[in-house]
Amino acid sequence: MGHYFEIFFTTLLVENLVLSFFLGMCTFLAISRQVKTALGLGLAVVVIQAITVPLNNLILNQVLKPDALAWIGQGGLDLTFLGLLVYIGVIAAVVQILEMFLDRYVPALYNTLGIFLPLLTVNCAILGASLFMVERDYTLGESFAYGLGAGGGFLLAVVLLAGIREKLEYADPPAGLRGLGLTFIAAGLMALAFMGVAGITF
Amino acid sequence: MSEESKRELLFRAIFERNPIALLVLGICSALAVTGNMATALVMSICLTLVVACSGAIISALRHHIPNTVRIGIQITIIATLVILVDQILKAFFYELSRQLSIYVGLIITNCIVMGRAEGFAMSNPPGRSFIDGLGNGLGYSFVLLAVAFWRELLGAGTLFGHTILATTRREGWYEPNGLMLLPASAFFLVALIIWLLRVIYPEQREE
Repeated sequence: MGHYFEIFFTTLLVENLVLSFFLGMCTFLAISRQVKTALGLGLAVVVIQAITVPLNNLILNQVLKPDALAWIGQGGLDLTFLGLLVYIGVIAAVVQILEMFLDRYVPALYNTLGIFLPLLTVNCAILGASLFMVERDYTLGESFAYGLGAGGGFLLAVVLLAGIREKLEYADPPAGLRGLGLTFIAAGLMALAFMGVAGITF
Repeated sequence: MSEESKRELLFRAIFERNPIALLVLGICSALAVTGNMATALVMSICLTLVVACSGAIISALRHHIPNTVRIGIQITIIATLVILVDQILKAFFYELSRQLSIYVGLIITNCIVMGRAEGFAMSNPPGRSFIDGLGNGLGYSFVLLAVAFWRELLGAGTLFGHTILATTRREGWYEPNGLMLLPASAFFLVALIIWLLRVIYPEQREE
């Protein structure tokens, strides 16, 4: 059990996908104007990461890996080169299904998350988490912990940045730095702050 | 269409309508690979190729793509091109492909590629789309290489691995700036580039 917690907290804080790997930057910068919308987006990311990373792990181990298809009599097949295409397909499908599911059964949640869901198909943090899972050779349980941590890390970072940006409205920077430039600097300072927890091992 | 407008198409994306600095697209991978010039250069070449080729292919198919499933088809075309690039890198430049790790795969979700496919290639002929993709790829490369130049020079005193500023560790005079080796420094450098571009092109400023 401790091992899974270790993966979860390492991804959440030390190896934060947004602030130390720069994944999901576009969404991170675009949807962090207000804390409320940032929270909705972050929650959507957590849900999708927790589903897609283990799912892609399952597909990788049962279908794509060399000799994985031996159970239908197709030994010796190595489909790992199709990985990228499959992962993005799975992500797009999960996003679509989740959207329909929420619309039908949990309309209140759908109204909050609805607009963000289609956007997340092309969020690098989501595909990135799946690719890191492949690179690090996680098991199914580990990849669930990783997905949860990766999503949680995004939630944490985007809500914190939104809080800072709400306050930045009152600042008076040089004209060329207003908006995007200042947001970048704030994000950079946040990344430095997050490095403070880098020494922590679990 | 005159030659002039083609050239305009190519160059306007580099400074005036830079995809990273003005449109906030494709930052995801832009910052992570800028620790040194070599990876930044390879990443720039890969992305430029993918944007230009995907633009041309999608534009050639644009009359046959049903509107309702266009995003799915675009992603499939882009992903196929990225797999090609990824496999070529793994086959011929294995060391570099290990350094770039997952970021080559992430070209699929690079918003520049999707953005150009959706915003330009779907409504323009293949030749123009190819040039537009090339221009946007170069605009991305410009920011990437500018950031990587300063990070490698100030952080390690080298460029492409060759020593430019002799560091104190090698009995030189230059005390390397450790901040530049950290990912966070890329944020500050991009902010400075944005500031610079907005001083030159005041119409880009935000209210």
